[in-house]
Amino acid sequence: MDMRQVNKERDVTQGQASTPLVPPVDILEDAEGITLWADMPGVAKENLSVGVEGDTLTLDATVRLGETTRMQPVYAEVRVARFKRSFVLSRDLDTEKISADIRNGVLTVSVPKREQAKPRRIDVRLG
Amino acid sequence: MYPSLTRFPADLFTDFEGLQRQVEQLLAPPGWPSSIRAASRGAFPAINVGITDEAVEVYAFVPGVDPARVEVSVDKGLLTIAGERPGDMRPESEKVSVYAQERFTGAFRRVISLPEDADHTSVEASYRNGVLKIVVPKRAASRPRRVEIQG
Repeated sequence: MDMRQVNKERDVTQGQASTPLVPPVDILEDAEGITLWADMPGVAKENLSVGVEGDTLTLDATVRLGETTRMQPVYAEVRVARFKRSFVLSRDLDTEKISADIRNGVLTVSVPKREQAKPRRIDVRLG
Repeated sequence: MYPSLTRFPADLFTDFEGLQRQVEQLLAPPGWPSSIRAASRGAFPAINVGITDEAVEVYAFVPGVDPARVEVSVDKGLLTIAGERPGDMRPESEKVSVYAQERFTGAFRRVISLPEDADHTSVEASYRNGVLKIVVPKRAASRPRRVEIQG
């Protein structure tokens, strides 16, 4: 790794600017499970990680814009090239069967319910 | 020089100098004069702007928007990005619970002023991974060129 690379890395990890961006999400639940959408513009499939550790679902992604190398930034609202956000799942969700897909910068994550957790009618007996 | 828009030191913005003349400063600390077209924090879409010797590059972060339905226009030195973003959510009902609804939906429009030396006649736009990249070349006369020293 050459020195310029080191400097660049340090710049990114210093101060507030290094805190990853929190992607905005929509989350809904229906009988099948939970669906989550996250806005992650500039993220390609190969720069995205969707992982589960214990009961925590973590989305972690790197933004690549493919800028011209000699470009000088003059104005930026997106100043960090990373998205990260975590969610705590519950036991009724099947973490083995999570699926994720990213298209046009929108990540869709589906977390199905365990079979036994799907809604069923419970008969109430009169005692 | 920083090769990436999103990878540069945070203090860059304290060192504007001549850049401000080239692209209008849209973001300023509270109390400072800011651009009349500055958008409040969290406006959709977020925009980054960079310049090279040849062109002005504008990156608009428009995830989940059909590029065919984004209108990019240049008029009198103003670049306008407009469109509409449909929502993915189903309405809440007996069988559907909504826990978060943070993503932008609806019509959007952002306007930025281009530097005077931009050539408004040949604007190019491309869409990749939810980012709209608009390249506005500079007029040939204003590009830096090497001056030969005679002697």
